[in-house]
Amino acid sequence: MKKEFTIALSGNPNAGKTTVFNAITGARQQIANYPGVTVEKKMGRVNHKGHEIQVVDLPGTYSLTAYSLEEIVARDFLVNERPDLVVDIVDASNLDRNLYLAIQFRELGIPLIIALNMVDVAEARGIKVDNQELSSLMEVPVVPMVARSNRGIQELLDKVVELGKASPDWRPSRFSYGMDIDQALDKIEEIINRSQIYDKKYPARWRALKCLEGDSQIVELLKRDPGLGQNIHDICREISKHTMDTLEADPEGVIADHRYGYITGITKKAVKRKIELRLNLSDKIDKVLTNRLVGPLFMVAILYGIYAFTFWASETPVSWLEAFFDKLKWAASSVIPPGNIQSLVVSGIIDGVGGVLGFTPLIMFMFFAIAIMEDSGYMARVAYMLDRVLRWFGLHGNSVMALIISGGISGGCAVPGVMATRTLRDPKERIATLLVVPFMNCGAKLPVYAILIAAFFAGQRARVLFIITLLSWGFALLAAKILRSTVLKGPKTPFVMELPPYRAPTFKGLFIHTWERTWQYIKKAGTVILVFSIILWAMMTFPTPSEEQVEFYQERQNKITDSFLSSHYVKPWIKDKDDLAELDRLYESFMNAETQNDMAALAELDNSRLAPLVKAVAFMENKEVYAQGIDGSLLSAASRYLIYKQGMKETTLKEQQAALKGTIAGWIGRQLETVTNPLGFDYRTNIALVGGFAAKEVVVSTLGTAYSLGEVNPDEAGSLSERLKREPGWNPLTAFTLIVFTMLYVPCFVTVISIRRESSWKWAGFSIIFNLTIAYIVAFLIAQIGSALGLGV
Amino acid sequence: MKKLIKMREMSDNQEGIIKKISATGEMGRRIREMGMVPETPIQVQGRAPLKDPVAVKIRDFILTLRNNEANHIMVEVDTSVTNRNRV
Repeated sequence: MKKEFTIALSGNPNAGKTTVFNAITGARQQIANYPGVTVEKKMGRVNHKGHEIQVVDLPGTYSLTAYSLEEIVARDFLVNERPDLVVDIVDASNLDRNLYLAIQFRELGIPLIIALNMVDVAEARGIKVDNQELSSLMEVPVVPMVARSNRGIQELLDKVVELGKASPDWRPSRFSYGMDIDQALDKIEEIINRSQIYDKKYPARWRALKCLEGDSQIVELLKRDPGLGQNIHDICREISKHTMDTLEADPEGVIADHRYGYITGITKKAVKRKIELRLNLSDKIDKVLTNRLVGPLFMVAILYGIYAFTFWASETPVSWLEAFFDKLKWAASSVIPPGNIQSLVVSGIIDGVGGVLGFTPLIMFMFFAIAIMEDSGYMARVAYMLDRVLRWFGLHGNSVMALIISGGISGGCAVPGVMATRTLRDPKERIATLLVVPFMNCGAKLPVYAILIAAFFAGQRARVLFIITLLSWGFALLAAKILRSTVLKGPKTPFVMELPPYRAPTFKGLFIHTWERTWQYIKKAGTVILVFSIILWAMMTFPTPSEEQVEFYQERQNKITDSFLSSHYVKPWIKDKDDLAELDRLYESFMNAETQNDMAALAELDNSRLAPLVKAVAFMENKEVYAQGIDGSLLSAASRYLIYKQGMKETTLKEQQAALKGTIAGWIGRQLETVTNPLGFDYRTNIALVGGFAAKEVVVSTLGTAYSLGEVNPDEAGSLSERLKREPGWNPLTAFTLIVFTMLYVPCFVTVISIRRESSWKWAGFSIIFNLTIAYIVAFLIAQIGSALGLGV
Repeated sequence: MKKLIKMREMSDNQEGIIKKISATGEMGRRIREMGMVPETPIQVQGRAPLKDPVAVKIRDFILTLRNNEANHIMVEVDTSVTNRNRV
């Protein structure tokens, strides 16, 4: 007796297939890709009454043709892997269209069970399906169920085991598609049966049917025998001409018409309808939400709401993660001795990977909001309402999701955006969409805008951000238009799409959707980001400064220290370098305790010999409460100490700046100056932009180093803004040029990798060159026209 | 009075019966596999804010298609009913 079965789960999109899959397999799931394609393959296992059942989730399809990747994948799996049976999830409230796929499984002949899902929804709409009648008319077992509330799952598994144990053979059904087609089918079937190359994987009748449907994959198979192929080709052409003349439809159309004719016959007998409500609840909602006036307003409100929600909800966890990575950096710095290894771990790995992982809560909440939109059915309405606009630019209504996720309202991420293009069926529309999503203002670009706006457009923050958002949409759509009329020229795909009824999403479904996507994001941070962070760190660290250079700055620091120690105001307090180190340490702990209002720590510091000096320094740093007991000589010592500290800090920064200039990244930055001079960017900006290839936030931190500010936290970049404002060569025009350039230039490395995953290296490479070119041209025009108009002052 | 018109020309809420589909190839297949075959009753649900695509109720669900796709579908409508529904 067979103990192990493989079953394939199939069904229309929106028929509840995912819910059934989750209900059957629970947490025992794994995701892979079908070989060579980007279609996801989900598998799970369940043990039912001692039988181990492997469940493979086929892509949701309406049909089994060779037109779409999903359908080919589903078909190839059935034919090549030969699962024991197919469970077709059929939406009882939408029986006709769902049975169209079931009919095609019967044509193929694979053992089939119909899982009649959502019988509750159907009944609420006055649709009552007679299971027994349906089962006998369709000649397959029918199991009614409500997968959302786990009803019928056990019965389904019972039936799977029962049918699986019997392990029936494939038994293709012979339907009639009208006399002409039937005769042609007979002829082709006979030819195929006689053929030598006929492998028994595909039933002959089914193959004949596919020939008449003009199925490219099957026709291609037949070409292995030229004589046979020609023979069949002639029959197909003849019948095609005949049906076009008599029925004004191609054979494919005639076959579809007959399938639906057969289905209508079945549902007439097996379905009882109460008098149908003219408008069900879902239709009523649609009357409002897709209304000409209310619809677009509501849509904008929803999209805005998603961002408000995402940022609000993720603020706290993001700050936790930031604090965590700060602690980790601190811990790493104290464990690993200073040097290249410490720098690699702290500045390379923790900063790089942490910068990306720190965003995880934001990404997660956004995916959660998007999952609600998808699972509730609203997403399809957004595509419906925006299709007319996007079509003009050569995109598809469904492209809008990818654009929004990538930062259409500002603050998304292009990586999940690129992944969201999977919902687009036409390869050209899909590639056009994934090439333009990096133009959107993702969350990582915002800090760059923030410092530049603060420095040069302080009074007009909202207006400039709004202009930036409009510009990114404008550029993305125009770029799409350009791509679709040149390298990606091709016909528009039909917008024949279902508007699924509105449904309340289930928590389980939302959780699984959110987690799957978030996990992909996390996985990337651990792999490509890690590698690239190390490379970038190396580029910005090596070659390390020469010994003379190091000595030069060491000398300077020594001078500053000596001059401090030699002051007669200082001598009573600080005698040597050890005392100085003690003062540094005390002052730091004092300021920490002061900010945290840690009275116990402050009291303890009071016992120190150096306490009066520390308090005097604090007094000079605007802590007026410590005025008590300060005399002139103490003040002089304190001010000497502050001068010393300032001098040391400046020297360190100068040293860092000089070191960066000497590295590979610095060299690249200087080489690029010839190209970037017309844009008004010098080598420091160039280094920052090179760094931005890893992640756009890096632009801010690198600008900080390049302009010798030391560590710049993107969130507290106020000082960098001040610095840029005072820097010669910087003006509002340069700032705006840099904003636009940052918006458009190369997608970050992770995005490039994602583009490759969803298309090919060719398109990933193309996207780098294409975006750079566009960014350069646009920035060039802004800089040149702007300065011609006298704006660059 | 019964009249044969293109689906594109139907007004909102108007009902009709599909009589002929002249689309072939990919578009013809996509239209048919969603259940748009001759003799199927349909009702226009509404149009997107920019009057395209159109949403049609067919066989218990709502299907959207663009105007240029709706051009390929001929529908028989009862003009007397139309006027009443048009209010």
